[in-house]
Amino acid sequence: MNSLLDWLDHRTGYKTLMHEALYERVPGGARWRYVWGSTLVFTFSVQLITGLFLWMGYSPSSQTAWESVYFIQHDMLLGWVLRGIHHFTAQAMVVLLVLHLLQVIIDGAYKAPREVNFWLGLILMKIVLGLSLTGYLLPWDQKGYWATKVATNIAGITPVIGEQVQALAVGGPSYGHHTLTRFFALHAGLLPGLLIAFLGLHIYVFRRHGLTVPDPIHKPDTTFWPDQVLKDGIACLAVLATVLLLVFMHGFGPHGGAELGAPADATENYSAARPEWYFLFLFQGLKYFPGESEIIGAMVIPGIIVGILALMPFIGRWQLGHRFNVAFIFGIMLGILVLTGLAIREDRANADYRWAVADAEQKAERAKELAELKGIGPAGAVQLLREDPKTRGTALFAAKCASCHRYDGHDGTGKVSSEAATASDLATFGTREWIHGILTDPAGPKNFGATKNLAEIGERFTKGEMAQWVEESVTSKKVTEDELESLIEFLVSLSEHTQRGPIDEAKVANGQKLFAEGKDGVTACYDCHAMKIDKDPDGLFADPSAQIATGAPDLTGYGSTAWLREFIGDPGSKKFYSSHNAMPGFGDRLTDRELGLIVDFLLHNWPEKPLQGTK
Amino acid sequence: MSHPSAADSGPPAPDYLTPPAPRRNFLAQFAAVVIGGVAGLIPMAVGLATFINPLRKSVKAKLQPSGSDAQGFYKVAPLDSLSATPQAFKIIADRKDAWNTFPKDAIGSVYLSRVGENEVRAFNVTCPHAGCAVDWRAAKKAYHCPCHNSSFEADGTRDPKSPSARDLDSLEVKIENGEVLVKYQDFKTGEKEKHPA
Repeated sequence: MNSLLDWLDHRTGYKTLMHEALYERVPGGARWRYVWGSTLVFTFSVQLITGLFLWMGYSPSSQTAWESVYFIQHDMLLGWVLRGIHHFTAQAMVVLLVLHLLQVIIDGAYKAPREVNFWLGLILMKIVLGLSLTGYLLPWDQKGYWATKVATNIAGITPVIGEQVQALAVGGPSYGHHTLTRFFALHAGLLPGLLIAFLGLHIYVFRRHGLTVPDPIHKPDTTFWPDQVLKDGIACLAVLATVLLLVFMHGFGPHGGAELGAPADATENYSAARPEWYFLFLFQGLKYFPGESEIIGAMVIPGIIVGILALMPFIGRWQLGHRFNVAFIFGIMLGILVLTGLAIREDRANADYRWAVADAEQKAERAKELAELKGIGPAGAVQLLREDPKTRGTALFAAKCASCHRYDGHDGTGKVSSEAATASDLATFGTREWIHGILTDPAGPKNFGATKNLAEIGERFTKGEMAQWVEESVTSKKVTEDELESLIEFLVSLSEHTQRGPIDEAKVANGQKLFAEGKDGVTACYDCHAMKIDKDPDGLFADPSAQIATGAPDLTGYGSTAWLREFIGDPGSKKFYSSHNAMPGFGDRLTDRELGLIVDFLLHNWPEKPLQGTK
Repeated sequence: MSHPSAADSGPPAPDYLTPPAPRRNFLAQFAAVVIGGVAGLIPMAVGLATFINPLRKSVKAKLQPSGSDAQGFYKVAPLDSLSATPQAFKIIADRKDAWNTFPKDAIGSVYLSRVGENEVRAFNVTCPHAGCAVDWRAAKKAYHCPCHNSSFEADGTRDPKSPSARDLDSLEVKIENGEVLVKYQDFKTGEKEKHPA
């Protein structure tokens, strides 16, 4: 064995190399204060390893990036741990970098002859920040998408070459496939390559000058191996343990680890956009530079700070120069802390932001739920939410309907308007509760109550013919409780609301008869409301309805998709409210798809995991 | 490196020849190796776990195409559209690929030929030798593989000179309401016996 190693050493000189690497002198003994550089090398190695494995599962395009990350997180064995480690180690790296920089400055390790190595360190810091910026976009979720957009837009305000810089970073006029391929090439190719090269130089120059030792007589001299290596190893393990703690703290399983928001959608505003926490101070700083002065906050001030950092080796030569440097770096750290604190405080006090974060979390959960329930189609996961009545239908209701209607008192998304509603509250539309309301108190708050707020025809539901019928027939108890239930059962049997529950056919038959013929002292519904049913062997609705009241809507298929589509399309037609109508026709205001989404939203028609499966 | 201090005027000469301090602290060495090893191996192990994901049985089951009946038969073509001459047909099903579902997409191809009033012959187009797709050569009335020249008769029997170790892979067929259904399967290539892939 020994002769084999000698043979190898003779040809490669590896023993000298090993010796050089392992037995570097550590004057004054191994110390904890020397571990920071090693922990940075360690975290970078962790990023290389986890990054390589993530690369095997990642697909950079706007139709596959989110999807492949979703797959890593939810379907691959321990994929969520892998992503979690990569995500939180990136953050640990930034923290360790700051600690390393602080120590170098406090110990004066930037001074001659170590100036070049200090500059190499600053370059490494820029590369690491570049890695976190590019990595933030890669999952292509709403958060990364909108936050990174801000960063590239800022690049766009660079004087003279801004537009070109931005187009080169984005890979085209707007965000898309080539933004991802470019960011990915930077993140997994160019930047790590540069980092390895500069790290090599950094370590080489470091070894050339040795440690900066504050007190060489602290303890007897030792060597890097094994004393310092042991301390370094313990520190690295502590870093890893912290990272794992963060991974598991966010939940155990695919819902834990690193966050994955809803798929990026350029047409969906994302008011919860914030950069990663260590860039929050830059984000906050931009708020103080109005109008065209943005460039001062975005480039000039950061540029001056980095410039002063780079000049520290020269400043340090002057009397008091070192003290200035230390004071400067602490001043900067303080500034960063204050700005970060302000950013967090402002967000906490901002109800709109909190709502946006909750909304974003809900959409993220929903996107993942739909991906699991329906699978992701060729057009990508962004379609899942766009075609989801629960998400998109709600938003459309809020945008198109909620200026007059309400949904359980709010606009469908949970926001409560300060203005009074002027039309029905549609939360229960198509259910027994809804019909019961109409038949007992049409102007109740959960039905047409808000129509009273309309100036001209506001009395339709309080004093109109329907209200009179309720008064005469139901309130007077001429219609018995059983008969009322039958009538409700018949009408709800026409509804396509997914939560209407099972139908009692016997009651439906009674209800039909009552609807068509009424009874002694009770006017038939059919006298005013038109109706047709699929099977009508008794010919209940054979003769056309008399339609004696104006604006009594045709109830054929009431609460079905077809009825709702036709009604929303043209509520003022003769078939529906006629001259009693107050609602604009939406036939030409909504696309067919939008109309379908609103209808499905009202009928609760969307896929959902069984209740026990949800959190 | 004997006097490391900020005031050094130049780099000190490397001091490789001085033997290291005679530290034979076995415990420190052992601990350093174990602790460093654990720190390095954990990320590696997690990465390897994701790497072996394709070996999991549940993954394979999840990626099965859907669209067959309970016995695994896919509707392929009307019986009337078939003749004695083999024709290639696509098997249409909901194809799954990692995170994607492609509804009603081609998942594979078969050759169908009618060999009797109610009898249909079906072959997987994949050559059992190395997995290329075979062509039907009407002039020679034989299937021919463009890769390594395996050749099969119309009934799937291999030409004895073929590199393929077995006959063309026949598939189970049933006829329901004038429609031909095929139990589409892929088989392992390169073996003498036919085993589902």
